[in-house]
Amino acid sequence: MIRRVLPHGLGRGLLIRRPGTRRGGFSLDWDGKVSEIKKKIKSILPGTSCDLLPDTSHLPPEHSDVVIVGGGVLGLSVAYWLKKLESRRGGIRVLVVERDHTYSQASTGLSVGGICQQFSLPENIQLSLFSASFLRNINEYLAVTNAPPLDLQFNPSGYLLLASEKDAAAMESNVKVQKQEGAKVCLMSPDQLRNKFPWINTEGVALASYGMENEGWFDPWCLLQGLRQKVESMGVFFCQGEVTRFVSSSQRMLTTDDEMVILKRIHEVHVKMDHSLEYQPVECAIVINAAGAWSAQIAALAGIGKGPPGTLQGTKLPVEPRKRDVYVWHCPQGPGLETPLVADTSGAYFRREGLGSNYLGGRSPTEEEEPDPTNLEVDHDFFQEKVWPHLALRVPAFETLKVQTAWAGYYDYNTFDQNGVVGPHPLVVNMYFATGFSGHGLQQAPGVGRAVAEMILQGSFQTIDLSSFLFNRFYLGEKTQENTTM
Amino acid sequence: MAAPWLSLRLVARMWNGTRGIHRLGGAVVPEGNQKKERTMLQFLTNHFYDVEALRGYLLQREMSKVHMKNRFRDKEWIRPDKYGHFSPEFWNFQEVPVEAVDASDCEINYEGLDNLRECVLLKELQSLLLQRCPHVDDWCLSRLYPLADSLQELSLAGCPRVSERGLACLHHLQNLRRLDISDLPAVSNPGLTQILVEEMLPNCKVVGVDWAEGLKLGPEEQPQDTASPVLA
Repeated sequence: MIRRVLPHGLGRGLLIRRPGTRRGGFSLDWDGKVSEIKKKIKSILPGTSCDLLPDTSHLPPEHSDVVIVGGGVLGLSVAYWLKKLESRRGGIRVLVVERDHTYSQASTGLSVGGICQQFSLPENIQLSLFSASFLRNINEYLAVTNAPPLDLQFNPSGYLLLASEKDAAAMESNVKVQKQEGAKVCLMSPDQLRNKFPWINTEGVALASYGMENEGWFDPWCLLQGLRQKVESMGVFFCQGEVTRFVSSSQRMLTTDDEMVILKRIHEVHVKMDHSLEYQPVECAIVINAAGAWSAQIAALAGIGKGPPGTLQGTKLPVEPRKRDVYVWHCPQGPGLETPLVADTSGAYFRREGLGSNYLGGRSPTEEEEPDPTNLEVDHDFFQEKVWPHLALRVPAFETLKVQTAWAGYYDYNTFDQNGVVGPHPLVVNMYFATGFSGHGLQQAPGVGRAVAEMILQGSFQTIDLSSFLFNRFYLGEKTQENTTM
Repeated sequence: MAAPWLSLRLVARMWNGTRGIHRLGGAVVPEGNQKKERTMLQFLTNHFYDVEALRGYLLQREMSKVHMKNRFRDKEWIRPDKYGHFSPEFWNFQEVPVEAVDASDCEINYEGLDNLRECVLLKELQSLLLQRCPHVDDWCLSRLYPLADSLQELSLAGCPRVSERGLACLHHLQNLRRLDISDLPAVSNPGLTQILVEEMLPNCKVVGVDWAEGLKLGPEEQPQDTASPVLA
């Protein structure tokens, strides 16, 4: 009878874990209680430093199923899809380790933010198409209770790629592949170009391809923040620190041809805190390398590439940071509101920014002109000599322009074939890659995140088959090359 | 008017058996006798209510057939009834080109617009009204380009999610003559947007943003308020 009298919630309340009690405690305000106890002890025993209950809130947890090295858009995307596709709620513990919580050098925040489907590889087109639908429905994917809806500031203005005589045939076949995969791209002749965009000078242009739908540019910070918010609400742990060491064990095994291979398994990740020598060994089952421009260092820590060159052990991860400058200029008579992101035959590109006649753009330097990637200083001479002349040739209105500002960012450049590396390493069996996208990581992040999560949870790629992006190709020498001018 | 006569003749022949009125002959009456037929039929109609009613009925049927053929000579709106359902005879009109679609206050979204433009009929769509649609946003506007050949009027008034970035992809619609972009809360700078859109679509009359909004009237000028008769 007494049980009936007690209010229902009180009876069950003692057995339910409330959010504040994650660290183990039976009251709502555990942290507050701990600090009170410490103060009391300090007042009783002055002079001694109380270390009975040390504050470990800045350290990562001691065990984690998956450790993602790198908290940019790719790392967060993998974390999101791991949590979304796990079969049991709370089934996987994911830890994201990010060295710089301000993201000051991360490629994501410094990106121009474009998304387009005009690739030659069907996998790239499918990844971009999926990312477009992800961004379109972003408020369904990344909805967090009580948080305002995300506004990506998407400009659906499309991409316009220009091709000279020698690239025209390649562009035509690429557009055919793109149309087959479902991208809405159309080919335009120079006359049609002049008709549609009267500010263009079509000298040297033989063909152009114009994306009509699902292409444009958006705000990468918004995507990053949205992913971060959602992923935190799904229960992913974050840690600000640097990965300094992998503790792994190896096993010698014989293949069917009686060759000996050494398979490695990473058991612990040592995460070092900022500005101190303190580190935390995190026991883990799977490590994901999403460190962007610095992926090669992380791979080297795991022993990838340590071996005689030409063997699988000796194949390094061929991803290195490449610096790219983006310049913002003002041109009052420039192209109007309908301007797509125009990529010229010379490699120079530009797009509008906002309503006020501001444009931003840049150009990929050739191999000989590659700037030094040790810092993110902008080279203004590069704009004067190598970018502006091409822009002024293509758009005569750009002969008078005034550069307002500029910044530089890194590409996680894959020197082998400029396409991403996805999937497990053949020898270090529990390290997965999601890096090396050489400038189109942001637009492929949702698709790649889902692919890596499927690989981990289900053992193979389920929706988009990215087998041609596996690590093996570096050893076998099979290039998965894009042949577009981008 | 040969047909109703024929049917009357057939009917009359059937009647012969049941009613046994004046002979109307089993054989086909030659053309020359039409005048006689007419007076005969006239005589019958004047004398028998049944004949009159039948002739009236057959005439109505002929008239409705002719009307059906000429149904869409003037523009006609197909409207839903009070329960929001469309009448099933709509299915018969699949060859008739649709000239205007009024989807105001409708919850049409990105996937729904796919139907609007994939449909073969809509090659002649001239007017599309999407006023106050809550789910129409910038992505949806990028789907309107297939209607470029025919679309002349587009109204986006009051759509809460449309911003100036979506308006940029309306430049495909070069035949547009009237564009209504009033009351778009997501557009950051309506005056500047209107100017840019007007530059983008030179043949189009862009309505909805009063450049004078935000300007204050001078004290000596009275607002022209035609709605209130009380004002002196």
